[in-house]
Amino acid sequence: MNELWFAVILCVSSLGAGLLGALSGLGGGVVIVPLLTIVFHVDIHYAIGASLVSVIATSSGAAAAYVREGFSNIRVGMFLEIATTVGAVVGAWLTTRVPTQAIGIIFGLVLLYSAYSSLRMRHEEITVKPDPLALRLKLQGEMPTTDGTQAYVAQRVPLGFGLMWVAGALSGLLGIGSGAVKVIAMDQAMRLPFKVSTTTSNFMIGVTAAASAGLYWRSGYMAPSLVMPVMLGVLAGSLLGSKLLVRAQVRTLKIVFSLVIVAMGIEMIVKSVKGF
Amino acid sequence: MTWNDKRIETLVGVMLRTGVLLAAAVVLTGGVLYLAQNRGPRPDYEHFHGEPARLMSLSAIGHGVMTGDARSIIMLGLLLLIATPVARVGMCIVGFLMERDKLYVAVSSVVMAILVYSLFFH
Repeated sequence: MNELWFAVILCVSSLGAGLLGALSGLGGGVVIVPLLTIVFHVDIHYAIGASLVSVIATSSGAAAAYVREGFSNIRVGMFLEIATTVGAVVGAWLTTRVPTQAIGIIFGLVLLYSAYSSLRMRHEEITVKPDPLALRLKLQGEMPTTDGTQAYVAQRVPLGFGLMWVAGALSGLLGIGSGAVKVIAMDQAMRLPFKVSTTTSNFMIGVTAAASAGLYWRSGYMAPSLVMPVMLGVLAGSLLGSKLLVRAQVRTLKIVFSLVIVAMGIEMIVKSVKGF
Repeated sequence: MTWNDKRIETLVGVMLRTGVLLAAAVVLTGGVLYLAQNRGPRPDYEHFHGEPARLMSLSAIGHGVMTGDARSIIMLGLLLLIATPVARVGMCIVGFLMERDKLYVAVSSVVMAILVYSLFFH
């Protein structure tokens, strides 16, 4: 296969990943690494480099649309980014120390978990019992609903902060956005409304990923000729996906995409265990 | 117009979109140039061997861009992309300053410090 064909096939596959990621709400980043390693036999370090870049692109590209909806909370996001960026720095450092097979196994487990969490029921209960720490940190807000605005205050701030550290570390170790873990931290632990959690998570993904990008760059994980078609494809796919989202029938697609992710997760674990 | 969270978020949203489109345009330019110059077999990505030193520092990349090196141009686009969320944090610092929210000026500055550390010193 020559360079041009390789780039074209990579770009088209990445476009598909970005499109499915946006339509299913799982994000395209999570399948880039298995796609590159399993299908294209790319070394996992180059794969996580290309994936991390794509994650920054999709998160930034979608931000303007999310702001318009009026659910994201910049204070909650900024405060929790302290945890995710510190986690990401540690995670990125770990990629240079942990054996490739271990990264593969952790990646497989995260894929299985992402598929499971995307199909789980959403948590919609809003408790307004004020958490003193959350009030001091102004981790509160109002969101638009069909019957006027509704106020919310974060609960269990230390637990949410700790989970965000984990989300950051996974992001840095695996080159993914860790959107699923970020949403768990806000929605499940801090009891923030689901829409606030998902849109704020999108904002946080870019900043978190930027914190591991420096080390990836200087460790040579970003191969320009490989990253180029992947990043452009994922970005185009996710922008297209968010335009189509309004009309698409999401439920079936979500199940199909989750099954693909489960298959990739199992494949990555099996391959990594064999490699030990 | 007064400064409030909604205004900060709107500015940030526009800035992120502009940054990512600019970065994508630079990456695309470098990519077209790269594919026009390289017609060989697919490079070896199956084994990890890092990237050459000329793609590892800002000054080397700058020099590469000046001489029309395709990989350096792609790398410049990638660095612009990485800089976009960093600029977002910078814009939030300014926004919180305008809102006179000292606590969040401090919180954003801590995030900025971690980013700068990770990008240049880690």
